[in-house]
Amino acid sequence: MITFTLNNETRSVDADPDTPLLWVIRDEIGLTGTKFGCGAGLCGACTVHLDGEPVRSCQTLISDIENQNITTIEGIDGKAAKAVQTAWEDIQVPQCGYCQSGQIMSATSLLSQNPKPSDEQIDEAMNGNVCRCATYVRIRKAIHHASDLMEA
Amino acid sequence: MTKEQLINSSRRTFLKSAVVTTGLLVGFHITGKSVVAAPKSQTFSPNAFVRIGTDNLVTVIAKHIEFGQGSHTGLATILAEELDASWDQIRIESAPADANKYNNLLWGSFQGTGGSTAIANSWMQLREAGAKARALLVQAASSEWNVPVSEITVSDGIVKHEKSERQQAFGALAEKAAQQPAPEQITLKTPDQFKLIGHKVNRKDIGPKTNGTAIFTLDISRPGMVVAVVKRPPRFGGQVKSFDDTDAKDIKGYVGSVTIPRGVAVMAKNTWAAIKAREAITVDWDDSQAEMRGTEQIMAEYRQLAETPGLPARTDGDALAAIAEANQILEVSYDFPFLAHAPMETLDCVIEQTDQGVEVWTGSQIPTGDQHTVATILGLKPEQVTIHSQLAGGSFGRRATSDSDMVSEAAMILKATKGNVPVKVVWTREDDIQGGRYRPAYHHKLKAGLDDQGNITGWQHSIVGQSIVSGTAFEAFLIKEGIDATSVEGATNLPYTIPNISVDLTTTDSKIPVLWWRSVGSTHTAYSTETFIDQLANKAGKDPLEFRRAMLKNHPRHLAALNLVAEKAAWGSPIAEGRYRGVAVHESFSSVVAQIAEISFDNDGLLKVEKVWCAVDCGVVVNPDIVKAQMEGGIGFGLGAVLRNSVTLDEGIVDQSNFHDYEPLRIEDMPEVAVYIVPSEAAPTGVGEPGVPPIGPAVANAIFAAKGQMVTKLPFSEGMPDLV
Repeated sequence: MITFTLNNETRSVDADPDTPLLWVIRDEIGLTGTKFGCGAGLCGACTVHLDGEPVRSCQTLISDIENQNITTIEGIDGKAAKAVQTAWEDIQVPQCGYCQSGQIMSATSLLSQNPKPSDEQIDEAMNGNVCRCATYVRIRKAIHHASDLMEA
Repeated sequence: MTKEQLINSSRRTFLKSAVVTTGLLVGFHITGKSVVAAPKSQTFSPNAFVRIGTDNLVTVIAKHIEFGQGSHTGLATILAEELDASWDQIRIESAPADANKYNNLLWGSFQGTGGSTAIANSWMQLREAGAKARALLVQAASSEWNVPVSEITVSDGIVKHEKSERQQAFGALAEKAAQQPAPEQITLKTPDQFKLIGHKVNRKDIGPKTNGTAIFTLDISRPGMVVAVVKRPPRFGGQVKSFDDTDAKDIKGYVGSVTIPRGVAVMAKNTWAAIKAREAITVDWDDSQAEMRGTEQIMAEYRQLAETPGLPARTDGDALAAIAEANQILEVSYDFPFLAHAPMETLDCVIEQTDQGVEVWTGSQIPTGDQHTVATILGLKPEQVTIHSQLAGGSFGRRATSDSDMVSEAAMILKATKGNVPVKVVWTREDDIQGGRYRPAYHHKLKAGLDDQGNITGWQHSIVGQSIVSGTAFEAFLIKEGIDATSVEGATNLPYTIPNISVDLTTTDSKIPVLWWRSVGSTHTAYSTETFIDQLANKAGKDPLEFRRAMLKNHPRHLAALNLVAEKAAWGSPIAEGRYRGVAVHESFSSVVAQIAEISFDNDGLLKVEKVWCAVDCGVVVNPDIVKAQMEGGIGFGLGAVLRNSVTLDEGIVDQSNFHDYEPLRIEDMPEVAVYIVPSEAAPTGVGEPGVPPIGPAVANAIFAAKGQMVTKLPFSEGMPDLV
């Protein structure tokens, strides 16, 4: 059994130690907001927070997060997360929406650490999150908007 | 009919019914109670597209899938407009598979989404559906209040009689409306009466897509379900001889494997166990019928084939003779690679046997096709197959296969396992990149002659490549006299006034499965024609924009889009040092898009696309913000492909496997985009695809302006490797 904290709740799962966190969250626990995109840490669709830092859950083994704090899209809260979600709605960012949980996790983490990022800093922080619908123009715009919302 | 004919015939249909929009009354047959379905619950269901509940919620039934393009919102907007509903009371649900009620009016008897037709084919259908429902609500109020219908108004979901100061919400009138006879006539709004169409209306799917609650097929789980991944042959056309799963049996959660026509289906209690078990299984493959060629060999064959003219696809005058007599001649050849669609959500499907038949959950792009395929595999009647259309994480054409791909795999596995437990088929990214159904590779050869004034006198365009629809259910519609319309679209309708034009097609064959990829034939024809035009303009010593304008007098929509984009970008004015510009214009799916790309090079000489101006004419705009989003997204999708995407094969085996070697556009590559809409009162045309074709040639033309060299082998990373 491996015990960790998921969205502020203690969870114990009986999974092989080499199981990626992604599949534990989705298949064992049943939280499906975190998506599978590549299984290789190349697209960011599976991004979750480990103590507030964005990590790729498809590359995070369940054995590595014993007693750690994990937050998924279903559990994000706080000023930056709310600003990002509001900004995503205001700017109408999503198209197919499949990558957006991961985008929002990365954007929230960025704004928590840097409330006023430049375009270059946005590109750097978000470059690991692929969007095949190419909503990138709006992601940039929405992150600036979220930054303004946080100030207001 | 060819696709063009299908689109044209739909245009005629619109012209006939367009009279309605001018405020005239349109009569229709009273079909009595079949129109006004008897309410089983407390719901008013005036037609197949809308239900109004006593809870005052209006549910619009969407016959098209939502996989990013905003079709659900657009369809609901059209109906809500004529119903005069409040946008807040609108809900949207996916239609079941039913070709009688929900066929794509441009596709005949198929229900499906594609060819950027969702709004175009639904426009009049949903306006009438909304107007009829509204008329019944008005009749209900008229009868309840005993006032004439003509004195009743409807606005924002409220039915009013001003004189007596009475009003009711839709919900309060729903039961009574359900008892009304069908109206004898309806009046559609004139465009000046639109409150939702053409205005800012938020998408209905944004909230769930920002908090993780939007459900996709991958998120569906059924009691007792197993997850299956399929070990497919490494070469297209390969077959399973035998497999050995001894090592898989040690994996916790492994359930078992079965051979299906597509390969070996490996089942487990969860996705990770299925993926691991598949790696542990060894398969002996029979490659006797498999594709053994590599792409280098295939392209060499294509280049050879281009030396001999193929079947004529367009012949105006005598292009060969005109070129022979020309003052200057230019000949350029192009290579286009195979491309994967790589939607963010890989293919997936859930299937479950029930007492009545089976239920299927999937991002169904052609629901009645999927239904038919499942029924055939399982020996059921189509009506025993219930399709639950899910939101899909992109498609770009990938989910529209004539043999239903992942859906047929799910049915095959259910059959092989005798329907014991529900099955979810999941494709990994490797399955997706290596699984075929690519945009076909093509070779183009263009040759043209200029007279001493720099005018094009003859234009010869040869295209060599695989047919997308040959051997599929779409063949009868799209292949005429040996010409697959999807191979030559964008080339045969070259808009420029040139006295002698010939376009010919050589259709090749291979075992590599190919498919439409966002904007289909225009993915390659726009690139070859629009970059060839710039090279001809250069040879003629003319400005590329003016060179085009002079040849577009018979195409006012192209001209208007070009003029708008040129004005917005201030084409011809001085630009910053180190910046270069290129322009392109192209019609696809009856929409015209013109783009100007501005580029620069960094200190290492690497290309950066700085900004793109885009003008689009897509007829009446239902939702301007969604149109802009589709242009932005189309530009990004097309740019990623031309920069660095290519699927190559070596001795029949695909070289690429995931996003490290088939790398999509990333945010750092995304230019600033400014979209402008050409005002129009014509019927709506497509927006999902038409943003894609011009971006490649616009950027290539900017590189040509900077370097004097054209990229003729795609992607740029192969054709001009120092740039990418």
